[in-house]
Parts: sequence; C-alpha cells; structure tokens
Amino acid sequence: MKKMVNLMKNILLWTVCLIMITPVLCLFSGAFMDQLELTELLGPVLNHTEGLAAWHFLPQFPTLQNLVELLLDSLEFYQTFWNSLKITLFTLVGQLIFAMPAAWGLAVYEFPGRKQLYFLYVILMMLPFQVTMLSEYLALDRLQLLDSHWAIIMPGVFSTFSVFLMYRFFWGVPKEVIEAARIDGAGEFIIFFHIGIPLGKAGIISAMVLQFLESFHQMERPLVFLKNKELWPLSMYLPEIDISQAGFAFCASLFALLPAVLVFLFGQEYLEQGIACTVQKE
Amino acid sequence: MKYKSKKQKWTGIFFVLPEFLGVSIFTLIPFVDVMHRAFLRLDGSFCGFDNFQQIFRNKAFLLAAGNTLRFSVVCLPLLLLVSLLAAVSLQTMGKMGGLLKSSYLLPMAIPTAAVVLIWKLFFDSHGLMNRLISLFEADPIDFMNTSWAFWVLVFSYLWKNLGYTVLLWSAGLSGISESIYEAGKMDGANTIQRFRYLTLPNLRQSAFTIVVISIINSFKVFREAYLVGGNYPQESIYQLQHLFNNWFRELSMDKMSAASVVLFLVLTVLVIGLQRSWERESI
Repeated sequence: MKKMVNLMKNILLWTVCLIMITPVLCLFSGAFMDQLELTELLGPVLNHTEGLAAWHFLPQFPTLQNLVELLLDSLEFYQTFWNSLKITLFTLVGQLIFAMPAAWGLAVYEFPGRKQLYFLYVILMMLPFQVTMLSEYLALDRLQLLDSHWAIIMPGVFSTFSVFLMYRFFWGVPKEVIEAARIDGAGEFIIFFHIGIPLGKAGIISAMVLQFLESFHQMERPLVFLKNKELWPLSMYLPEIDISQAGFAFCASLFALLPAVLVFLFGQEYLEQGIACTVQKE
Repeated sequence: MKYKSKKQKWTGIFFVLPEFLGVSIFTLIPFVDVMHRAFLRLDGSFCGFDNFQQIFRNKAFLLAAGNTLRFSVVCLPLLLLVSLLAAVSLQTMGKMGGLLKSSYLLPMAIPTAAVVLIWKLFFDSHGLMNRLISLFEADPIDFMNTSWAFWVLVFSYLWKNLGYTVLLWSAGLSGISESIYEAGKMDGANTIQRFRYLTLPNLRQSAFTIVVISIINSFKVFREAYLVGGNYPQESIYQLQHLFNNWFRELSMDKMSAASVVLFLVLTVLVIGLQRSWERESI
C-alpha cells in the first residue's frame, strides 16, 4: 500500500517535471530546425493548412542557420538585449542603494509610523502596475523622464516589493547579536555593513534574483512609457518577430533565456534558503 | 538608556528616508493626485461620485472586474494547494527532490513572448494539444477563441509560478523542527494527522508571504493574455489590466482614476484581512 502511494507520487512529480520542461525542449529543438521542416510540422498552425501540427524533439536536419542569422544579421536583437540588461542592472543597483537600507531600517529600528509604513508598502507592492500607471505617468511626465530608460528604471528602483522581501530576512537577524555589537561600541552603520548585510545575504541575493527576472521580463511599463523603438527592451522585441519566422523566434527566445538561467544557477542556492531565515538556527 | 533609544529612532528613519522619498515622488504623491482626479470631470470641474457611478454601470468594467476576480478565485487556491502538496512530497526525496525542484523553476526564466509562441503551437485549433486529443478520437477544441482561453491562462499561471511557490513552502517546511514530528509520532498521530495538526499550523507565518506573492503574480498573467489577444482578447480573459490600458490609450482619466481608487481600497481591505488572519506576531 505504502509502496503504491509512493509510486503514484513519483509518477505525478515526474509528470509535472515533464510539463515544466517541455516548452524549453521545444525551444531547443526548434532553434536548430530549418524553415522547411518547421513549415512542414507547423503548417496547420502557421498557414492554416489541413491536418494538425506535429513536432520533432530532435531536428531531422539540424542547422545553425537561425543562430547565424540571429548573431550576425540582427541588429535589433543586440540593441534590445543590451537595453534589457542596462535597465535591469540599473534597477538592481538602485534597489541595493535604496531598498536594502530601507528594509534594514524597518526591520531593526523602532520609530513612530513604522507599522503604518510597512503596511503601506505591502499595499503598494500588491497594486497591479495598471492601477498606478496613471500616477506614474503623471510623475514621469512632470520630471520629463518619459520615453527614456529612466522611465522604466526609476519606478522599478522604488517598487516596494524588494523592501518587503529583504525585510523578511533582516527580521530574522537575532536582536541579541545587534545588541551585543552595540555594547562593543559598534556604530549603527558598522552594524548594518558588518552584521546586517552578511547575515541577510541569502535574503538580499534571493530578492535580487527575483527582481532580475521581473525586470528582465517586464512588459507593462515599456508598453506605455516607451514610444521610441530603439529604447525597447528584449521583452518587447521578441513578440514582434513574426510567427512565420518560427525558427528565428525560437533561437532568439533561447538566447533571451540565457541570462535568467545563469542568474538562477548562481542564485538558486540562496533562493532555496528561502524565507525560513538562515540565521534562525541556534 | 533613553538617549540611546532616541538616537536609534533617528537612525531607523535615516535608513528608511531615501527610499521613502523615492516612493513618494514616483508613487505616493502622484497617487494622491489621482485620488483627487477621481472626483473631477475631464475638464477639471468637481463632480462628486459621478465617476464611480459611471464605472459601476460600465459593462467593460464589470466584465473585467468579474474576470479578474474569477481568475484569482480559481488560481490562488489551486496554486497554493498543488504547490504545498508538491513541497511536502519533495521534502522527503533528498537529491532527486532538489533536481525536480530546479526543473519546476525553469518556467520563470522563459520570456513571455516565448511562452506565448509555444502556447500557440500547443493550443491552436490545429495545434499539438488537438493532436493529443485526436488520439482519443475526441473533437478538436479551439482553445484560444472560446472560453477555454480562461483555462489556458490558468494553466499558464500555474505552470509559471508553481516552482517558486514550492520553493517558498519548502523554506517554511524546513523551518519546522524534526522534534515536534517525533513527538507526534510518539503520541500515535498518523501522517495525515501530523500534517493537519503539526505542519499546517507551523506554516501560518510563511502563508502570509506566499499568498501575497501569489496575488502579485496573478496580476502578471496580463503579459500572456496581452501577447495572445492584444488589447481586446477573448472575452473570458479580458481583465482589469486590459481595461486600464485601453482607458489609458483613450485618455479616459476620469474613469481610470475612479477605478484606481476602487482597486486600491479593495486591496487595502484584502491586506488587512490577510494580516489579521496570519501575521499577528510578525510586526
């Protein structure tokens, strides 16, 4: 009986795994297919020919044609890829400068209005972008930042979500450790840099990993704040590729996936330490 | 001692202030402006609650609000439940569990445009799903242009967010010490009883964070819906996000302001509710 349950459990978990990775496998195989094979397989979807679409997880005639086209002939891809990286990098650095100290301040110190402020931040981060779209637009318009990368970066820096994430980790830093450092005569900034940041490292990195994914894949803000196509991030360029160029689209998607996967590989260990703080173990 | 705590009070404010100024400039102050506009006509004259009455009579608003609500009510419990079960099952699997967990995270890394491209191949009326269905000799389904679109979106949300939510639950689970399970076993509690009376109560703290993050992510399915159907997708996936975008393009600032205020209030009530039920000790 117990064996049966275990077997069922395993089958289920592996099925889910298969569903999760199938799209990536499709991207992989599609990126190395030639136009002929793709047209043959996807004709029913692309050109509404008779019959149903099919798929090969191993290309019949593997080709590097799409890859060459992407890397050598596609200026737009480079431009938008670079834009995305730039926006993401500036946003993350900004969050380290502003959100990280704010999270520390909220988690460690008592001051009037602290609870209310935290509550306000939670609500702000839960509002879907579209609700604050108008107010952000008004602010950016007044500061003359519209149609520039700053229109994406600045609101990203001051999105309160990362304060929330990091707050949860700093909260777990034992108060006795901080108290002990004070008795030893450490100043508040020394405590932040030498105790807060090292002990909250897992939380900071996992917040950064999440924010990287969010920033790199964002569409809502660029959609309304960027008119100039040269400023577009990758996430806006990819949907522009026509589905008739499916091979090229697969290949571009595969490359767009790379930074996120790298960040995951680097950050997963920290992500896994999750919200149950690392420092709580006695 | 009093001096010290006063000094610490100011240090706290000092740490928080730069971020707070930024949030004020980019969100808070302009949002107060929007709240003010909710009571104005487009020409700037005061009109009381007219804008609010107008949106509650607006068919598009009612449709979009209904769809958004329906989506959350279906998706959130489904995601929370499935991910919790997966987290509990993976917990005892050691290295293999870690590998599976990593594979569950993969969808988060995929750009929305690529997801949508793949969904088109699978869920088109001539797509791969229908090939699968045809094996069972059932009639093909036009997923994208019927109310099935809603379920494709639900699937898409689960697919994308399951891995991260599993991770969050796992973190919560790993915070529960082994000794209480040992004690439970000694007292003769079976697996289900241990889950119900030991695991669940100890996950309360994590639950608040997980629910909040899942709600935030539920609003982001707009990306998939938008790339599949543009500004006016299939009726069952026309959400508030679409409506706001369309109002923005049409410069309907009056309706937009009023609806923003309504949504702000709804979410405030929701957060208060969540905090009351879960967060008692955490602040």
